[in-house]
Amino acid sequence: MATRNIHMIVIGGSSGALDALAALLPALPPGYPLPLAVVLHLPPTQPSHLVEVLRTKASLPTREPDDKEPIVPSTVYVAPPNYHLLVERGRSFSLSVDRPVLFSRPSIDVLFESAADAFGPHLAGVLLSGANEDGARGLGRIAEAGGLTIVESPATAAVPIMPAAALQRVAIDHAVPAAAIGTLLARLAAPTRSGEAT
Amino acid sequence: MTTSPDPELSALLDAVYHRYHYDFRGYAEASLRRRIGAALTHLRCPSLAELRERVLAEPRGFSELLRFLTVQVSDLFRDPSYYRSLRERVVPYLRTYPSLKVWVAGCATGEEAYSLAIVFAEEGLLDRTLIYATDIHPESLRAAEAGVYDLERFARFSDSYRQAGGRGSLSDFYTAQYSSAILDRRLKQAILFSDHSLATDVAFAEVELVSCRNVLIYFDRPLQDRAIGILRDSVRRKGFLGLGAKETLRFSAHAEAFTELVPEDRIYQRR
Repeated sequence: MATRNIHMIVIGGSSGALDALAALLPALPPGYPLPLAVVLHLPPTQPSHLVEVLRTKASLPTREPDDKEPIVPSTVYVAPPNYHLLVERGRSFSLSVDRPVLFSRPSIDVLFESAADAFGPHLAGVLLSGANEDGARGLGRIAEAGGLTIVESPATAAVPIMPAAALQRVAIDHAVPAAAIGTLLARLAAPTRSGEAT
Repeated sequence: MTTSPDPELSALLDAVYHRYHYDFRGYAEASLRRRIGAALTHLRCPSLAELRERVLAEPRGFSELLRFLTVQVSDLFRDPSYYRSLRERVVPYLRTYPSLKVWVAGCATGEEAYSLAIVFAEEGLLDRTLIYATDIHPESLRAAEAGVYDLERFARFSDSYRQAGGRGSLSDFYTAQYSSAILDRRLKQAILFSDHSLATDVAFAEVELVSCRNVLIYFDRPLQDRAIGILRDSVRRKGFLGLGAKETLRFSAHAEAFTELVPEDRIYQRR
């Protein structure tokens, strides 16, 4: 772990993942420097209150990015409903309305694979509770690129299918409960003084 | 971190441009890669180099690739609040003009153009309106012109139509036939579908409203600037520009040419 030089974190999940996020986000202190991008599957037709909910849990600024928004440190980015969220090599986001992948838009694989292409070994991918296999392929790409892979332990996940699928296909670095994921992520980078993100 | 663009990808896009005059070189790379990856799988091509060979050797190979590079799926009244804001905030201005021109740039299979036509019909403006709807993909334009959609999508479309402030029933605007919904002739008569590329063509016409939604997201920043320049040149003074819910002029060189009329629905007004 100490040798890892992580510049960005991507997180995906589906059923049960909101509680897992609520358990792990408080572990990240104000001024935690790494940017995080989150895809959670939600019904596309309802207005999303995900950002409002996560804001109450995270001590970092939390928002849905606009297309081509530059990725800045100390920020939690949440994929907008009904769009795929992708990471460009120039360290900005882009969005797409391409077809759903594994019935999902946003798709975890789409975020993870594009982020792996952009950040290579400097990426950490986290897959939480969920009822389908989205994200397993994306975590595989992160592992191939030399990035850090973490799943919520199927034994403690509300719905184990998603992390279990990843464990079956990819040599995962850490499979631990949600709160422990928070601790792991917190150790990836020391906080900068608040408001002094670089 | 990988920063250099992939030379095989560049070679493919160069070949497509020089041979077929479709310019994807300024497309945002992450989604373009996914689309080309899907094409490789579908066409059973092992590599970008081989795909380039095939595309150069046979135009049919190119039209298959083009389908993967361009096909968008939209909905009638996608983002209902956008159409509601057009009704409430833009239509009152449009009423003051004796004749109206609207441009739907990047119309794909036509859903957005028809949604606008329905709004204009209900607001009593359609008789004096010409809607230009353009795209680069000939197959999409043909589908758009036909105006025939899967009937099973219309339950959802009807919900959106109501949320968008629809005054009657969406079924006033189509005829169901077996599993299809055929849109009304009076809508089609107001729309002119044609070929236009924001990447290679110039300003289209002078119009009162441009609606260009979820098209710019596929472009990189320099191509976005080119495209937004064309949109700017096509909107008359005090005319309107509507973008997708997550698209913004904030990062554009042309931001100063517009004011934000309805920021939450990305509706801008030309200065």
